[in-house]
Amino acid sequence: MVAVPLYAQFINLLAAILLLLAFAMLAQRRVMSLIDLFAAQGAALSCSTAIVAYGTHQPHLYFSAGLTLLLKVVLLPWLLYRLIRKLDVKWDVEGLINVPTTMLIGLVLVIFSFNLAVPISELASTVTRATLGIAMATVMLSFLMMITRRKAIPQVIGFLSMENGLFFAATSATYGMPMVVELGIALDVLVGMLILGVFFFQIREQFDSLDLKHMEKLKEGE
Amino acid sequence: MIEILAVLGLPLIGSALLAIVGERSIAPKVNVAVSMLTFLAAVALTVRVISDGPLLVLNRQFFVDPFNVFLVALTAFVGFTTSIFSQPYMRIEEEHGRLTAGRLRLYHSMYQLFNFTMLLALLTNNMGILWVAMEAATLTTVLLVSLYRTPASLEAAWKYFILCGVGIAQALFGTILLYFAAEKLLGATGGALLWTELNNVKGQLEPTVLSLAFVFLLVGYGTKVGLVPLHNWLPDAHAEGPTPVSAVLSGLLLNVALYAVLRCKVLVEGSLQNSFARELMMGFGLLSVVVAAFLLSRQKDIKRLFAYSSVEHMGIITFAFGMGGPIANFAGLLHMTVHSLTKSAIFFTVGHATQKTGTQVMDDIRGLITISPMLGWGLIMGTLAILGMPPFGVFASEFLILTTAIREHPWATPFLLGALGLAFAAVFSKVQPMVFGETSAKRLPLRPTMIPVFVHLAMVLMLGLWIPPFLADWYRQAAKLIG
Repeated sequence: MVAVPLYAQFINLLAAILLLLAFAMLAQRRVMSLIDLFAAQGAALSCSTAIVAYGTHQPHLYFSAGLTLLLKVVLLPWLLYRLIRKLDVKWDVEGLINVPTTMLIGLVLVIFSFNLAVPISELASTVTRATLGIAMATVMLSFLMMITRRKAIPQVIGFLSMENGLFFAATSATYGMPMVVELGIALDVLVGMLILGVFFFQIREQFDSLDLKHMEKLKEGE
Repeated sequence: MIEILAVLGLPLIGSALLAIVGERSIAPKVNVAVSMLTFLAAVALTVRVISDGPLLVLNRQFFVDPFNVFLVALTAFVGFTTSIFSQPYMRIEEEHGRLTAGRLRLYHSMYQLFNFTMLLALLTNNMGILWVAMEAATLTTVLLVSLYRTPASLEAAWKYFILCGVGIAQALFGTILLYFAAEKLLGATGGALLWTELNNVKGQLEPTVLSLAFVFLLVGYGTKVGLVPLHNWLPDAHAEGPTPVSAVLSGLLLNVALYAVLRCKVLVEGSLQNSFARELMMGFGLLSVVVAAFLLSRQKDIKRLFAYSSVEHMGIITFAFGMGGPIANFAGLLHMTVHSLTKSAIFFTVGHATQKTGTQVMDDIRGLITISPMLGWGLIMGTLAILGMPPFGVFASEFLILTTAIREHPWATPFLLGALGLAFAAVFSKVQPMVFGETSAKRLPLRPTMIPVFVHLAMVLMLGLWIPPFLADWYRQAAKLIG
């Protein structure tokens, strides 16, 4: 067993925090806390990217870390907060399945992702390869969160957290994508968020609620 | 190079321009003019590629070969004809009070931006940018689908956003895996996501990673193609958005998403040296054909009916490319072309018909041929063409696909034939009374704009009887490329 450098241990720690936060989001029922958790996840992601950049001397990763910090810790949570204040909704989030069951499904998903990641991790030459499984698990857990939530804003937070997981996968497997691609992805996420902001107001105007159960009129085969 | 810049720059500038002047009455004309210029630029690009061969320009970021150049021309062409159709259509919508001037501005600006993202996805050589362009296309069309702001359209747009957002996130993961495999061979420079570079080293890419990447890419981009079981967003988005948007969604977006799948398939096939990718595509394709055929008979809304027909046809095309080989690929490319032309023509007539009758419910639309002979004939011809009646082009491509299936994968033939028969019975029995049924409605004083419809149908007819040599040559080259 080769000794793991200190910065790699830090990255592993942050990866563990990332996974914990994903579980916390799965269990969290208050939408405001959900946004805080999302911001925390962004912060962990940004830190780990910066550490990878420092440890492996990949200067372009500093840009990604800065971009993540700006977008996912400052801008998006701020937008979501503002949105919720304007929409004047602070309701609790109700899931379709109760929390313990969700947690158990989440555990199964984590095991599944770790198994899926094993053959790829073995091929990776990066120091951070062990975290690939965690990145996949984060994606899966966010996916689960999107499926089990009925309200619009939690679904969107799930979507953004899935993007976090993907980004983490990119840094842990390959030290990040080429800059132009990363910028494009960041732009898409930001624009998507702005569009959704406008969208929420329209949905509420039409349905008097952001509960998606009102939006089940269109059925297959009719 | 100047042609590529023009093809991409014109819609982008047009979008910005229309965002400024979109509320004036001149906006629809600007929209048509920009689309026409884009189409001319695409023709110039096509001519250049015919004379000079494949182009790789701007620091290797843009790549044009026989495979994408015909899709660029097709996209620009359908974009142009749809802009002609949308001119009177959107004006009438505004007169009916369904849209305000502000919405129209949004519509025109987003229409051009959508065209830009489609063309960017086709022309880029970078798999990452391809992803970014596909995602941007989702975002622009979400705004277009929700244009009417009715509860149903918001629901459709929300569903579309979430499903395609999740789908496209899977594709991003696939792209990351692709980059991961390539980076070892090509180094962590920008070159490792360039398709041309990847294509050169595809034999050495790690097979386990690539097979996993392909699953994610196929599921991701397949969501946008509308493959069953990822098709749920498609009928809603088609039915609730404005009709010109339905036409470009069916005619262009599905094609471009399939193009993305095919680019990935070439790389994966080269790396795996087995039939994994093919079998996956054949499975998804066949499932889409069969499921869509069964769902067709249950439809009540005319736009949903033809949306499911799009699912069916994308299934046929995916199945064809899954079989692979020169003939099936040729047929698949031909089918992409004729489906795109026919389906957009059908949506043009459907748009006029629903506008005149004020409903999308098929039982309430009767006797189009008495109301407006041109409209009735357009719809019945388009329907016959899309159902694969000779001598239209759809017949030619479906015939080629079926004969290849009989020869190489006989087990699939009964499913295909059964589904095609079922689709024929379902669609024709619904469209026939709409066109020829009894009606008390009066004949229309005005003639609808039917030029784009008949131009499209004439082209489909021509492709059924005679394929121009240069086009056949492209198809052959592209078919060889896809493998």
